Parts: sequence; C-alpha cells; structure tokens
Amino acid sequence: MPTLKTLNVGDQATISHIDGTDAIAMRLMEMGLFEGETIRFMGKAPMGDPLEYEVCGCKISLRLSETERVHIVS
Amino acid sequence: MSKSASDESAGRAEVVSLDSNSKLTFALIGNPNTGKSTLFNALAGMRARVGNYPGVTVEKKVGNFRYRDHEIELIDLPGTYSLSPRTADEMVSVRVLLGSQGRSDPPDAAICIIDATHLQRHLYLLSQLLDLGIPTILVLNMWDEVQKQNLEIDVKTLEQRLGIPVVAASARSGLGIPELKDKMIALLANHQSAGESKSDHLELFPENFRRARAEISRIIQEKAAQRIPEYLAERLLLDINGETEREILKENDELAKILQSKREELKQDGCPIPAIEPRVRYGWAREVLEGVIQRPETPVEQRGSSLDRWLTHRFVGPAVFAVIMLLMFQAIYTWAGPLMDGIEYIQDEISGSITGVMPPGAFRSLLTDGIVAGVGSVVVFLPQILILFFFIAILEDCGYMARAAFLMDRVMTKVGLSGKAFVPMISSFACAVPGIMAARTIEDRKERFVTILVAPLMSCSARLPVYLLMINAFVPQRSIWGGFVSLQAFVLFCFYLLGVLVAIPVAWILKKTWFKGEVAPFVMELPNFKWPSFRVVFFRVWDRGRSFLKQAGTLIFLTTIIVWAAGYFPGDRTELNQVKGLLESGKLSEDRIAQEIFEQRNRELSAQLLNSSFLGSAGHAIEPVVRPLGWDWRIGMGAIASFPAREVIIGTLGTIYSLGGDVDEKDSGLIEKMHAARKADGSPVYNIPVALSVMVFFALCAQCGATLMVMRQETNSWKWPLFAFTYMTTLAYLGAFVTYQIGMIILPAA
Repeated sequence: MPTLKTLNVGDQATISHIDGTDAIAMRLMEMGLFEGETIRFMGKAPMGDPLEYEVCGCKISLRLSETERVHIVS
Repeated sequence: MSKSASDESAGRAEVVSLDSNSKLTFALIGNPNTGKSTLFNALAGMRARVGNYPGVTVEKKVGNFRYRDHEIELIDLPGTYSLSPRTADEMVSVRVLLGSQGRSDPPDAAICIIDATHLQRHLYLLSQLLDLGIPTILVLNMWDEVQKQNLEIDVKTLEQRLGIPVVAASARSGLGIPELKDKMIALLANHQSAGESKSDHLELFPENFRRARAEISRIIQEKAAQRIPEYLAERLLLDINGETEREILKENDELAKILQSKREELKQDGCPIPAIEPRVRYGWAREVLEGVIQRPETPVEQRGSSLDRWLTHRFVGPAVFAVIMLLMFQAIYTWAGPLMDGIEYIQDEISGSITGVMPPGAFRSLLTDGIVAGVGSVVVFLPQILILFFFIAILEDCGYMARAAFLMDRVMTKVGLSGKAFVPMISSFACAVPGIMAARTIEDRKERFVTILVAPLMSCSARLPVYLLMINAFVPQRSIWGGFVSLQAFVLFCFYLLGVLVAIPVAWILKKTWFKGEVAPFVMELPNFKWPSFRVVFFRVWDRGRSFLKQAGTLIFLTTIIVWAAGYFPGDRTELNQVKGLLESGKLSEDRIAQEIFEQRNRELSAQLLNSSFLGSAGHAIEPVVRPLGWDWRIGMGAIASFPAREVIIGTLGTIYSLGGDVDEKDSGLIEKMHAARKADGSPVYNIPVALSVMVFFALCAQCGATLMVMRQETNSWKWPLFAFTYMTTLAYLGAFVTYQIGMIILPAA
C-alpha cells in the first residue's frame, strides 16, 4: 500500500491508516491524520526533510521517517 | 450524549444566584496556538502567580479576578493536543483536572479554548475533557478569522449538540470575553442549583470497551489497593507504554500481563487499541459538526499562503532566516550594551553616594560591593532577556517560529536535537541565561533538557572580555593567510568555534545516556501567519522578565554576597579604612604627591587583604591543582572568584596586581603587569600556552551563577545545574591541561 512518501509536491490523497501503536502514531492521529481524511503535500524544507502537509485545514510538518508510517488509499 | 442541554440558562447569569462567598476555580485548557495565553490574560490580567508543580517541569500559572461579586481563580494548563499523558509532565494536566495533583480539589469547571477555523481537530481534546466529566465551556476563539474567511458556524446548534455553553470569541480583540464571564458564572450556578458536583461524562466507547474499563478498575483496586478514577482506567487501557501505566502499575508484572491480555481481547473483539480512540472521537466530532459549518463557495485565500512558499523556499527561506537571526543576535549582543552600561552606571552612582555618606568599613563594603553589586548582577541580565523575548514573542505570535524550526530541523537532527533547539542555541552566544529560558519552546522534555545542558557551552558575551584580555596581551599582532586575516581575530574565532565543537559530542552523549529513548515525534503544526499582537508580545516579555527576577534573581544575588564575603574576610582592615577615609576626606587634594602615595598604599593593602582572605587562601590551596594548567595561585584565585560571573576575573587580577578593581580588558597597566609577573624561579608567569589554557578554561567552564540558577528554575531541580557545573568544570580543566601541555611542547618559551 502506498504511503505519504510516494506523493509529489501538490498531490492530494486520502489517508487509509497509520502504522504502529506508539507515541508517534498516536500523536499523528491526534493531529488529525486519521483514516478518511484528505491530506495534501505542500512542500519540503530546504534539505528535503521535514515535509509540509495540509490536513483538516491545518498545516503540519512531518519528518521523512514519519511519512512512511502514513498509508494512503491508492 | 448524556448531557442535558444547559442552553436555557447559559446566557442568563442572574437567574440562579450562586453562593458568592466561595471561590470558583476554572481550569483553562486548549491546543497549542489557539490563543490560550491571550485568553488567560484577557480574563485574569497580568497578576498571575507563576510557580512549578513539584517534581516536573510544568509551569503552574494561576490568576485571580473578580466578576460580579465572585472571586474566580483561573488555572492555566499547558497547551496540549490531547489528554493522553505520555510523560510525567503531561500527567499534570490530567491530575489537575481530576483533583489529584497534590492536595488540590478538582476545578469547578474547565474552559476549553479551540481555534474556530480548525474545529474538527480541536474537538478531539474537548471530547476527552467531556469524558473526564468536568463541567466545561467551549470558547471558539479566532472568531475574527472565521469572519474573514467567510465561514459560517452555527453556534446555537453546536451548543445544543454538545450540551455545554459555547462562546464565540476573539481573545486578541476582547470580543466575547464579557459573554464568557457571564457563562462561567451561569454554568456553575446551574450546577449548584441542580445539586450535582459533577456532570455526567460523555460516553463514546463501545460496550465491550466499557466492560474492560470497569474490570480494570476493579482489578487495580483488588491487586494494588488503589481506587482510580474511571478516566485513568480508560487511559490505562488506551495508552500503551503511557505515563498512566508507569504511575499505576509501578512495574507490577502481573497487572501488566492482565492489561496486555485485556487489550488483546478487545482487539479480537473489533476494538483495536489505541486506534479505537481517534476512531470514536473523530467519529463523534464529525457527527457534532455535521451541517454546523458552512464554507463559502469560493474559499477566501488565506493570508500568508504565498508568503509561506517563500519563507520555506529552498534558497529564500534560509536567507530570510539568516537575516532574522542576525538581527536578533545583533539586538541582544549590541543593543543591550547601552542598557547594560546604563544599569552599571546607576549601580556606580548608588555605590558612589553610599561611599560619600558612610565611613569605610565592613558595613559599607557589604552595601556597595555586596548588596548593590548583587542587585546589579541580577538586573544587568534584564536587557538581554527582555530583548530576546521581544523577538521570540513576535516570531512565535506571527507564526514564524514554527517555520524556523522547520527550516533548521535537518541540521539540528545531526546532533540529536530538533529544529526547535536552534533559537535557544543561537541566543546562548549572546547569553546563556535567556537562551536557556528560550528552551521552553521545546515541548519534548528530553530534548529541552539536552538543549539546556549544552547551551552554556556557547561562547557568551561575558567570555569576550577574558578572550580579549588574553589575546591583546599575548597573541602577536600580525596577519596570517596572505594578510587577509589577523592572527588575533583568528584566535578569537577559534574560541567561539570551540564551544560549538565541544557541544556536539556532549549533546550526542547526553542523548545516548540520560536522555535516551524514542525520538520525540516532530509532528509540528505550522500555524497560519498573522500580525503579532502588541498585547501578546508585551505580556510574554513581561512574564519572562518577572519570572527571571523572582526565581533566579534571588539566588544570583545570594551568590554575589557569598563571594563578596569570601573576598572580604578575614583580615585586619583598620589601616585600609584609615587610608580610604583619608583619601575620601579630600584633605590630600592639595598635595598630589601625598595623594599618590596613599593611593598606592590603598592598592597595596587591598591586594594584601585579598591575598589573606578566604578567597586568597583558596587560591593558594588549589595552586598544586592548577599548576599542571600552567597557572599560579593568582590565576587560580581569579578563576575561583569568577565562578559566579566569569568577567570578575579581570577586576580580581587588577586588585591582586595592585591596580585597583576597576580595570578593564584593554587596560595597558594590567597587560604590563601580566607580562612582568614572575614565578619564584624568575620565569614569566604568563606565556602563550598559559594564556591559551586560561582561555580554554573560561570557554568551557560553567562560571556563571546566573546560568546555573536559571537552569535550576527551568529544570525545577538542583540536580541538573549541579551536573552541568561538574561536567563543564571537568571539561574545562582537562581542556586547559591539554592546551598547556601541548602548547609547551610546540611553543617552547614563546
């Protein structure tokens, strides 16, 4: 299943689920990255990490390692 | 939903009279970036009491105000996305709300502030709050932004569906604040008249989860003999490896196994832990918001969207950031200078007028060199603290701070920190005191502590006089690399670099030892850009300045008094006082030769008395220890005297070389004396290796009482300043030793 990592800047996708049961997974969900939500890839920091997304109308920043855990509907 | 609609009475405060003698307590809670502090100030004004909760680093902020004959206490809880405690710090909010933090009762009610433009996400926290069963008022903040974006939010329907009072507000402009105050009183009047101390809690979880939760409560009561609130039983089930597990299970393997099997059972039963929680809470939020928000057909372009593209742009972003940092650095480094000089001037004036009216003696010395100097040594930090926090408050309030962390994250992860540590670190080059205070913006405790512990390694402005003295005195004035760079400037640069180069492995080691564990998530909100509000900036600067004076100030003051006493006692000062009295009487003003003789005597006696004081004895005592660094007892004593503040070394050297205490780093007399100083065997005390060894020592040592006291304030423990002191002093000693020994090999008798 594709993850956020596969998106290009400007792409939009629907979140299917988040890997893991740890603090990072919970934090992602609390911040609105939850199944069924639409997420948009807004851009990258100058050195390619972290990345900026828009979800629930909020802009959030994720590290590359965190994006691999967010699965999207293909 | 089991809540009854309180809509009826919510708007009419006077309908039910409330016992006006009792104090009403409200807890204020909300996500970060919702304007929570602004609301706190709008309600309670500037007179908040700030302290710490015992054992954690959570700031306790309580404000009081009166409204319609009611005394209201407002407790500000830290900004949070959820009430799922993962650390002891996050547990504090839950405990405050449950009334089990210390001996406190639970608050009468909670005010939940949310960003009205991001309703859905923020309802997550509200649902947990309602789950706790505490009477709650919802504040839809940023209402002005809702209007700007042409959003339509049906507050009435929302109020009915939630069954709690809802207030549309804009804390920045004061919109909705009177209505909120009315509703606060009305809510409690309503509850009191209904004779219920607690409202029913919001139940969202499926039947099988509820059963498991009740069973867990029962088992804990049986096996661990504790009655735990239902909410904590819920957290126990939901938060895998969370703080609730640590605090309640206390490594009880049997309970841990039971808990594990319960979670497994629930998972088999279609209730996966922890995903069930966001599922039910977001499900509820979507249901509640169904049809409540009407968005305009053509969305209004949000301010700053294009700005954001530039500020996080690959080339423009870092360039803008560099300019802002340079400006900020320039401000704390240079602009604070005249203000600090002003404070020193006032301090001198006060000392001068005391000297004018009092005869010389221990009491006068205590007043001028102890108390006035001590107050001065605290106040002198204020310009830098206030200027830095002025910048930080603006950058935070307009939303840039998060972008700065976004830009710098990659660089900072190389040393195991995150982008949020960059601003505290760079500020520490001016002064570690505001730098350490700036580390509050880092939410993750481990990262915040590592930042605080390495920040004092950055070469602050107080090290500069020491560097300049040694460089001016011992580094030859010539250019290197084809005349482009002066050797003196190059040496100075190297010393600035030294702190950074040492900080990298120290941070790395700290992250691998005391502060190891899973990497803090860097999921960070990038708030929308907005114009900074004067009030917010002002409150923040005020708050920081005040907490510094109150918490660290007293301790810095005490340290100065102690060092004064160590340099003053013991010693027979009769002759010195006579000489001083004679000089000050003005009787010698006619006779220049006599005046000079007595001034010389004054300086000699001061040097002798310092030599025989506790401080001087300490210098002699540690001479064997500092000899491998190439130092004599005078430098050793100067180093000891400089532990409260490193710049003191210059005045101390001035006194011991009979030049008086008011020399500065450019003083040619001091430089001459240092060149002329000889050891017992006739060889010079100072040479280049000795000068470098002194500089390395001063670069790495924690010679700053203020830094250590602020560290105590920010970590809420003596352990960490003690640790920083130990590791930095050790590093400084080893560094100075290696520098001297190597220096003597490659620069023999230079």
